[in-house]
Amino acid sequence: MTTEIPMDKSTDTVKVSTAEATPIIPLPHAAARGLTVAGSALALIGTFLAWTWTEEFPGNLTVTGYPGGLQVLTLVGSVLTLLFALSGYGIRGLGWLTPGGKNSPVLLAALGVFGTTGYAMGAISQELGGLVNLEPGAWVSGIGALVALIGALGLPVDQPYGAGEAAPNLWGRIRHSLTAPDPGRAKELPSWAEILIIAGGFGVGLYVFAYGIGTEYSELFIGFLIVAAFGFTAVTRAGLLKRLSALTAKHRNVTLGAAFAAAICFPFTQSNDQFALIGANILIFATVALGLNVVVGLAGLLDLGYVAFLGVGAYAAALVSGSPASTIGVKFPFWAAVLTGAAASLIFGVVIGAPTLRLRGDYLAIVTLGFGEIFRITMNNLNGNSGPDVTNGSNGIPQIPDLEIFGFNLGVPHDVLGHELTRSANYYLLMLLFTAIVVMVFRRSAESRIGRAWVAIREDETAATAMGINGFRLKLLAFALGASLAGLAGTVQAHVSYSVTPEQYEFAGPVPPNSAFLLAAVILGGMGTISGPLVGAALLYLIPAKLQFMAEYQLLLFGIALMLLMRFRPEGLVADRRKQLEFHETGQLDVPEDKPLPEGATGVAKAGA
Amino acid sequence: MTTTTSAPTTTTVLDASGVTMRFGGLTAVRDVDLTVNSGEIVGLIGPNGAGKTTFFNCLTGLYVPTEGKVAYKGTVLPPKPHLVTQAGIARTFQNIRLFANMTVLENVLVGRHTRTKEGLWSALLRLPGFRKAEDASRARAMELLEFTGLAAKADHLARNLPYGEQRKLEIARALASEPGLLLLDEPTAGMNPQETRAAEELIFAIRDQGIAVLVIEHDIRFIMNLCDRVAVLVQGEKIVEGPAEVVQADERVIAAYLGTPFEGAPGAAEAAEVEAAEAEAQSTTEGDDK
Repeated sequence: MTTEIPMDKSTDTVKVSTAEATPIIPLPHAAARGLTVAGSALALIGTFLAWTWTEEFPGNLTVTGYPGGLQVLTLVGSVLTLLFALSGYGIRGLGWLTPGGKNSPVLLAALGVFGTTGYAMGAISQELGGLVNLEPGAWVSGIGALVALIGALGLPVDQPYGAGEAAPNLWGRIRHSLTAPDPGRAKELPSWAEILIIAGGFGVGLYVFAYGIGTEYSELFIGFLIVAAFGFTAVTRAGLLKRLSALTAKHRNVTLGAAFAAAICFPFTQSNDQFALIGANILIFATVALGLNVVVGLAGLLDLGYVAFLGVGAYAAALVSGSPASTIGVKFPFWAAVLTGAAASLIFGVVIGAPTLRLRGDYLAIVTLGFGEIFRITMNNLNGNSGPDVTNGSNGIPQIPDLEIFGFNLGVPHDVLGHELTRSANYYLLMLLFTAIVVMVFRRSAESRIGRAWVAIREDETAATAMGINGFRLKLLAFALGASLAGLAGTVQAHVSYSVTPEQYEFAGPVPPNSAFLLAAVILGGMGTISGPLVGAALLYLIPAKLQFMAEYQLLLFGIALMLLMRFRPEGLVADRRKQLEFHETGQLDVPEDKPLPEGATGVAKAGA
Repeated sequence: MTTTTSAPTTTTVLDASGVTMRFGGLTAVRDVDLTVNSGEIVGLIGPNGAGKTTFFNCLTGLYVPTEGKVAYKGTVLPPKPHLVTQAGIARTFQNIRLFANMTVLENVLVGRHTRTKEGLWSALLRLPGFRKAEDASRARAMELLEFTGLAAKADHLARNLPYGEQRKLEIARALASEPGLLLLDEPTAGMNPQETRAAEELIFAIRDQGIAVLVIEHDIRFIMNLCDRVAVLVQGEKIVEGPAEVVQADERVIAAYLGTPFEGAPGAAEAAEVEAAEAEAQSTTEGDDK
């Protein structure tokens, strides 16, 4: 059977052949879609009823007519499912929702609803002791989610199997049913509309991020992760993300502006100092990860001791901060402290880099790992006992005073636009400025002669030197630049955390940033991209901070997650085009359209080509 | 014949004298002298393992020759690849070494590295000269892509190009460093006859721009069409050098390629024996005919 589904007005209709690729559950098309719509509507209605009888379960799910906590997540998920499913009916005005896949977004959204509702029901009965604690509302939503999932599994598959491929087994069929074709070219919109869409996209992004940080108990955060992960994948499969990234690629400066505007808005969405502090710490982590991305992502130098540069910056800033525990006892103004921190890191980077950068690959990784540890141990030993007293050894340098910039004390709350900005929010905004600087440095250096030389060295060092690139000098430059960027972040970190101690700068530990987590953030997010390390750092900081109960298993889970990631998405969450091609060799290459040759441009070799 | 006489004022571009390369006990290249004059295409041939690529690596600074020196336009080259390229010698590789995950245009832009000066500060602060230099580089790179016939594929990733075009891109990338001498290591390996013809024309066009070319090749017909002069390397030693026709007819070259023991090598006595036996056999068959 061949169904014809009307696509976006801008593209032609696409024939989805279901003769080869059968749905997981064989249902008539109309029945499957009907079930999905009915199921998600039922799940939606269920969220307005009480799910449990007592307020002992966090989030107060006892109120009828006013969804709260986990109910909101189910509500959002089922609305998303409903919209995608209705878009498949070809309802006017909804077609723009699914320019790419038609049915796989429905399935993914339905999975998200089922996952979060099922998790909520499980958590309620686990914590309150038995299924008996579930009120009818939970059952309504749960059954609705299940019905929607069954319906979605019965929807036709978006992509036929490749020519000559045998029908795979069940697992293969499930995986296949989650794939979707790429959206066609979007209709030209006026540029103000495109900019508005970008702004809207970032607005949604900010809201989701702020919601994630603001989740007050781990059940809600897990539910949030389930809905966010499935929802994000659904939106990707629907082709909306491709559309959005086409727009952001077109208006790059607008996009950067919108991203920072959204980031500036973040502290105004938080009234709780604790959450603003998480935001500030994420920014520190992300900034350092972005600095590491210069070294690892662009120049391809595997640095396992990168956190030492953050430490050098932080120690330098702490020593000149005017802290009573500082052995120098001077107080520099902030700008001088920043320069001191960055310069100290730069020098340290050059001193370490000069001998080690003659090594390649694994050898470099091992040596940098060693130097990272040497830094920490040295800071421990400069305690007046086993060495000169510079850093107070394991006590570190406590009582670092708050910054005061142009008479603006960052340590006390300020009222801005009727919203009280707490201490952490102040530091968040200061750190955001540094992040912006690092983003700019990364972007500008990547798009220059130097950046191209770095990528060339990463790709093939021998060929790069044969092209006239002084490999050692450029690698040292990357190392030094990366080090000073980390040093910059370190100067702020010293003030945010009040004190610097050697064990903040380990190779691996429970609290990011440390070298292992920094590298993981870069790889998880996507090497060589700007947004990748930011996303990776946010996830790697948020998940351990929100899920305190699994602190003991944190490194185990982290390892498992990394392995799964390397198996299924080796290019990272945010892939640049190069990496995507590198890791997923598909038959169809992502090649741009050939440019028509200008008239008269007759290459010599074309005669025989 | 397609070969033309070289420019009236010939200067020596490359002067390698007494280049010897030993790896432990193995002498890969022994006391090789080679000169290349401006406007010349010189071929370097020899059986597999003769040391041709090793000799190239000695010329371009990838290897530090054990003995001997390499001079470019009268100045002795330091054995550092990037300095050699800066001096004006560019090369391609036998096994294609493009920056696979960069676009075609970016590959050529990397080749411009030594001819541009913009450093990190210029890039970070976007100093006035930056945009201008970048645009000039881009324009020059596009010119080279048009010259090699790759302009339409400027935005493709290098890895996605078909084999023949990857070879061309390597040449375009090497030309981007504005060399006075281009070293080509088996530029037509694995090409079909049409592609080989195209490569030939490309190399002539490069020579016509005033760039001397030294080319390693196995395809004898290609070498005969192309080169003004051919040097033959066998077991690390240059055994003969001269115009293509002379080299082609040289007994030692034929011996080296066909595997017959050459004069002075062990086994000469056996060869003489075989020859004698053959002569005898021939005379007997001749006798039979009568």
